[in-house]
Amino acid sequence: MELFHKISKRVLLAVFSFFVIVTITFFLMNLIPGDPFMSEKANAEAQAILRAKYGLDQPIYIQYIKYLQGLFHGDMGNSYVLQKGRAITEIVTESFKVSMRLGAKALCVAILIGVPVGCIAGLWKDKAPDGVIRVISAVGISLPGYVVAAVLMLLLAVQFKVLPVSYNKPGGTIMPMITLALYPTCYLIRLTRSSILEVLNQDYLRTERAKGMSEFVVIFVHALKNSLIPVITYLGPLTASILTGGFVAESVFNVPGLGRYFVSAISARDYTLIMGTTIFYATLIIVMNLVCDILYQIVDPRIKLD
Amino acid sequence: MEKQILSMQLKIDPADFAPLPKDYFQESRDETKEMGFWKSAWRRLLDNKIAMAALCVIVIIAVFALIGPMLSPYTYDQQIKGDESMWPCMKHPFGTDRLGRDLLVRCMIGTRISLSVGIVSAVIVLIIGSIYGATSGLIGGKVDTAMMRLVDIVYSVPEILLIVVIKLVIDEPLTNLVANVEFFKPLQRIGSGLLAIFIVYGCLYWVGMARIVRGQVLQLKEMEYVTAARALGAGKRRLIKEHLLPNCIGQLIATVMLQIPSAIFTEAFLSFLGIGVSAPMASLGSLTSDALDSITTCPYRMVFPAMIISLIILAFNLFGDGLRDALDPKMKK
Repeated sequence: MELFHKISKRVLLAVFSFFVIVTITFFLMNLIPGDPFMSEKANAEAQAILRAKYGLDQPIYIQYIKYLQGLFHGDMGNSYVLQKGRAITEIVTESFKVSMRLGAKALCVAILIGVPVGCIAGLWKDKAPDGVIRVISAVGISLPGYVVAAVLMLLLAVQFKVLPVSYNKPGGTIMPMITLALYPTCYLIRLTRSSILEVLNQDYLRTERAKGMSEFVVIFVHALKNSLIPVITYLGPLTASILTGGFVAESVFNVPGLGRYFVSAISARDYTLIMGTTIFYATLIIVMNLVCDILYQIVDPRIKLD
Repeated sequence: MEKQILSMQLKIDPADFAPLPKDYFQESRDETKEMGFWKSAWRRLLDNKIAMAALCVIVIIAVFALIGPMLSPYTYDQQIKGDESMWPCMKHPFGTDRLGRDLLVRCMIGTRISLSVGIVSAVIVLIIGSIYGATSGLIGGKVDTAMMRLVDIVYSVPEILLIVVIKLVIDEPLTNLVANVEFFKPLQRIGSGLLAIFIVYGCLYWVGMARIVRGQVLQLKEMEYVTAARALGAGKRRLIKEHLLPNCIGQLIATVMLQIPSAIFTEAFLSFLGIGVSAPMASLGSLTSDALDSITTCPYRMVFPAMIISLIILAFNLFGDGLRDALDPKMKK
């Protein structure tokens, strides 16, 4: 019951955060001077007609309510600049499929490499493998995404020509995937390592050893299981970092995903598209954070959600 | 026989009860007491070779950024005719860009900008976050709940997206404001692009700091020694100055230190999106992202700024880690 109470509180907070971000984005975007039809080569009358057609002549609070209503029906308005007249929802769903495929691969790579390597570093603390892993992971979280992308491109595509630059050719997803996965992998390594070190100091492991359990059971059954709990909380931020990392990886490698759209929408100042993408991303991240929080709560009931 | 009291039966040497010489314990006291908090933290930091190496790198890069431009024969926005797109050579060790600007001096200025972005935003975050967090923690009760609810909301909103949106929106009005209003004219030297970045950081990144400060204040408020100090009649000012501040300052410094690389990282990301500092001003982020277009033909343009920015972030990360270990020895276990 208490758990239910906590979770419902969390859900409420998430819903509230969603409204906050929708409201902030909406009003900020409307603060920008001018409207999408300013650049139109039409006369004042035609501009007025266009504005009326898209409801831009109404007072802002009505526009806001209309936008919210549309949002609940899965309608985020139309793109004004990049793909004139096309529904944002359509652009988002179509391009997000590509991003999701790439992101899911990167997520798997990050978890499959990050967690075991972090365990190795933690179990061999202060020995040679730990030192190497710590250096590599420290460097990994210090490289901005596009630097990674550029280095990969220079080395693998231009210098040695082992991988194609184009996304559509076979093997074309490898470089964007590495670009996306590097930061979260290194972060996971550090997180898992420190988490393992903390668990290894716990009294219950000493008790188990004293009771004569084999080292294998102590480490692999008890220590690892408990040290993975904090890693769950990172899954939310991990999704966020893969999504925002997508901006860079997709633009540099020309992947036709949502991230690239977002970047080109920013440079084209396509405000409705920026707004739609922001809200979409934000919702995704808020939901992921919520799921992680709840999972965490169920896995480890000692933790207080506050 | 007359009974004697017990103590009289013992042989007592009055010398045993003589007071000890005043400096009897001095020696052992010298060893322990004189090692104050800062001194021992400093010693732990000195022992940490990685952190010290990182500190050296930071100092070298800072010198490079601060003194370098004065020694260079070129300025960062000077377009040298005939020297366009030169590869690294004696005249231009880092090469030149498409417009014939010397990349060495641009890297120096860019480092200056990136470092100041990191440091200024860390300071902004520290000020806003600690005032907010301390107020919330000290007052407590309903005010605390309300203030923390706000923090929760800001925290759950993905900041990088909001940063992009806010930056897009405030850029233009801010430029007008700085250019036209007399009061803000001195800010023109910083540039409105940079100002916008500071404002954006100030708006969003303080929440993490506020949470930490509040947590510390709440924890420390309940400590026995604080209760003891209060029972002995210590005033609020003394409590804050002598007990609360020294005990949470370690974590504060470490958090601020780790804020610096993350701010530089974010600025580089904004530059990549084309909404970082405005040209002809350069930051390491804008230099690297400008170089992306010509990565296959002129990779040297990317190499140097990318190396410097990665080094800065790495050095601050490592130094921040070392500082946290040094200032908070309990955490190290």
